[in-house]
Amino acid sequence: MDWAMLDNLRPAWLNPTLLATVIAMLEAVAILLVAVLVSAVMTVVERRMLGLWQDRYGPNRVGPFGSLQLIADMLKIFFKEDWIPPFADRTIFLLAPGIAMASLLLSFVIIPITPTLGVADWNIGLLFFLAMGGINVYSVLLGGWSSANKYALIGSMRSSAQTISYEVFMGLSLMGVVATAGSFNLREIVEAQAGLWFVIPQFLGFCTFLIAGFATTHRHPFDQPEAEQELADGYHIEYSSMKFGMFFIGEYVGMLLISALTVTLFFGGWHGPLLPPFVWFALKTGVFLLLFILARAALPRPRYDRVMTFGWIVCLPLTLLNLLVTGAIILLANPA
Amino acid sequence: MSTDATAAIVHTLRERFGDKLYCEQPTLTGMPVLWVRREAIVEVLADLRRLSEPFEMLYDLTAVDERMRSHRDGLPAADFSVVYQLLSVSGNRDIMLKVALDERDLSLPTVISVYPNANWYEREVWDMFGIDFAGHPNLRRILMPPTWNGHPLRKDHHARATEFDPYTLTVEGQDKEQDALRFVPEDWGMQRERDGAEFMFLNLGPNHPSAHGAFRVVLQLDGEEVIDCVPDIGYHHRGAEKMGERQSWHSFIPYTDRIDYTGGVMNNLPYVLAVEKLAGIQVTDRAATVRVMMAELFRITSHLLFLGTYLQDLGAMSPVFFTFTDRQKAYHVIEAITGFRMHPAWFRIGGLMQDLPQGWDRIMQEFVNWMPARLKEYERTMMENSLVRDRTRHIAAFDTQNAFDWGITGPNLRATGCDFDLRKKRPYSGYENFDFEVPLGSNGDAFDRGQLRIEEMRQSLRIIQQCIDHMPAGDFKADHPLTTPPPRERMLEHIETLITHFLQVSWGPVLPANESLQMVEATKGINSYYLTSDGSTMSYRTRIRTPSFPNLQQIPALMRGGFVPDLVAHLGSIDFVMADVDR
Repeated sequence: MDWAMLDNLRPAWLNPTLLATVIAMLEAVAILLVAVLVSAVMTVVERRMLGLWQDRYGPNRVGPFGSLQLIADMLKIFFKEDWIPPFADRTIFLLAPGIAMASLLLSFVIIPITPTLGVADWNIGLLFFLAMGGINVYSVLLGGWSSANKYALIGSMRSSAQTISYEVFMGLSLMGVVATAGSFNLREIVEAQAGLWFVIPQFLGFCTFLIAGFATTHRHPFDQPEAEQELADGYHIEYSSMKFGMFFIGEYVGMLLISALTVTLFFGGWHGPLLPPFVWFALKTGVFLLLFILARAALPRPRYDRVMTFGWIVCLPLTLLNLLVTGAIILLANPA
Repeated sequence: MSTDATAAIVHTLRERFGDKLYCEQPTLTGMPVLWVRREAIVEVLADLRRLSEPFEMLYDLTAVDERMRSHRDGLPAADFSVVYQLLSVSGNRDIMLKVALDERDLSLPTVISVYPNANWYEREVWDMFGIDFAGHPNLRRILMPPTWNGHPLRKDHHARATEFDPYTLTVEGQDKEQDALRFVPEDWGMQRERDGAEFMFLNLGPNHPSAHGAFRVVLQLDGEEVIDCVPDIGYHHRGAEKMGERQSWHSFIPYTDRIDYTGGVMNNLPYVLAVEKLAGIQVTDRAATVRVMMAELFRITSHLLFLGTYLQDLGAMSPVFFTFTDRQKAYHVIEAITGFRMHPAWFRIGGLMQDLPQGWDRIMQEFVNWMPARLKEYERTMMENSLVRDRTRHIAAFDTQNAFDWGITGPNLRATGCDFDLRKKRPYSGYENFDFEVPLGSNGDAFDRGQLRIEEMRQSLRIIQQCIDHMPAGDFKADHPLTTPPPRERMLEHIETLITHFLQVSWGPVLPANESLQMVEATKGINSYYLTSDGSTMSYRTRIRTPSFPNLQQIPALMRGGFVPDLVAHLGSIDFVMADVDR
């Protein structure tokens, strides 16, 4: 087909710039939709995997091999009574799940999926992610606060303390990568890993980032804010129906985001032999998603104050050490 | 138990207190039962606690409404009697003291100063009998709702729903009930604020994932630190002791299953043993051995449930599924033998419901072969996990003395290093014939309580293995006129045996008037039935002393200064069920 011919058919108002914008927008919407969809599918995948690891079946009744479980769950959650407690602070109560979903979802725009696919190509990419992570704390804080429930309050208290502590070194843990790649731009960071994945030179950074990632997504064993056995679901205890659903899916979006970021920053993103870039990216991300689930199946929950101590006493010095060593090596290698 | 030493203690008491002791009551309880004057009770108890082999523990404190009792020859006149049962671990002996009370003056001094755990028991006696304990800091209802009228274990209180107007609940009534349950810190001597900062009062329960049933603890929190807490029980109260007075000796057996509902036939054991003492029945070796085997199998299922939920309370979500798989295998055996799973009610007065089925030894052996590898796995994956250790080591730890003070028995007592297991110290049902060890802990913390139960399961497996290898032949029912139901084969032989069979099955057996008591080392500690027979087809008074009750009373003493997650870890490590607490 002759693309030039097609170009002639184009109406005059549809100039190439606009066309490119529209395509980019559609691409962005598609990526975000896929992110949400994958997160939703993850809820079922998690239950099946937990079943596998726990010597039981998991949900296997709806559709062949339980494949339609997700649809059943979505229908159910849509038709649940959407209840707002009369004692809650209504506006903030409504706002919180929106923030939870939006802040994490927006972070996806910086992720380069393949050499050509990806929403935004920003020089501040990594900073944008950290900023969105910061905003995400508010969803838990406000949700717990506005519920006017003591369990929710304790949950949000834990969450804000934990997230703030872990964000301190989450940012620092990435600085080694940034220094090595010489850029905040994720696309450039991936390209810098063509020869050697950063997980090797930045192993400490990888460990601390992954721990911080678990902590900021409130995934087990850092699920202190919801801690079923202690706080009976913590900050979202008063939420029902889709508002609960947004917190719920938000958690999986967070998992997906951290997995994708880990792959991008430490495991060479789309790089890999034989298979197309997208497949490599998806496979690597899948491994980390499974790691999230496996951690939940395998580990007990540490006490809340130990989590904080671990963050400040162990992880923070490690990241600082990592940053220091990385800096020293870079200076030695490139004497200015 | 050394009878001479016990006689010596009674003799010393007589010398010291003279006419403050009325008389010694002959019973089948296996311990001296002394009637003490009301004025002297605190003094006598304090004295018994100071002996060279002291009675360290107030094992039980309860009461009896004596007003309808017809067989009480030679006993001091009493409308109500309050019963103190003491346990000496060092001397391995018991003593029971009774105080007679007149209906017009139902009051006696509190003994909290001597035994701190008298607190809840005295509240229970007040709740159930309306007997006042002068000097008690907080004499309020404990099992019944705060709005209740009357005292249920009095003989004139109705026992069945058909004896009073149908129950209705209006909106106002519901509001009133809920208001009555609202926690008022001042009632418990608590401050609402300190240095201008308010405390948070958190209701943990009655519905909470870690409360292990309908149990409520009100926490006074400063941040997440527990300043103080008030356990609130009674949400699971079903009046099992009252039912005991309205069921025939035989038909009460299924109710015992539901006291510690994870213990199955283990609950039947102290009850049928106590009844058999009253009836004078000696069961056959086969029946006794089968009882031991089934009781130990239920100890394993109970401990498996404990282990799964204990680890789940520490945040590990997987182990519970594995322990439930194991439990399922045990229930497969239990179902094949008894025909039922959790509550088989399978023991009978004088024996068992039926003989072991053919092939029982094969499936039992399969289970015994299955377990050791699993137990090893739980130890390696969980008990050796540093997170589990961090959550449980030195958490909610108490020493042996503290355990005595609060009446703690069973694995939780042995976790403090105190070697007291009734199966060894006072063998019943033929435990003396078995070769097994009593695992002990050393720190008495949440970790030891978990680890010790894994070891106990191994020992139970040893006992079961010995049952499989050496199961005696013989009848599964004793040849005794009071065996219930009587052996069916003999029913058709003679008109006399037919009549006996008919009477026993329709009315139930009539047991001679007396009192008996049997303690057993149940799944969660010492469980005992203290039965008073007035020479009728029904019990005059059934006192069920359960091991879970004391553990909950102890919680505030352990948790002050701890964190909320520590409380959850402690609750998981106690191994209690609310049905066993509230009865």
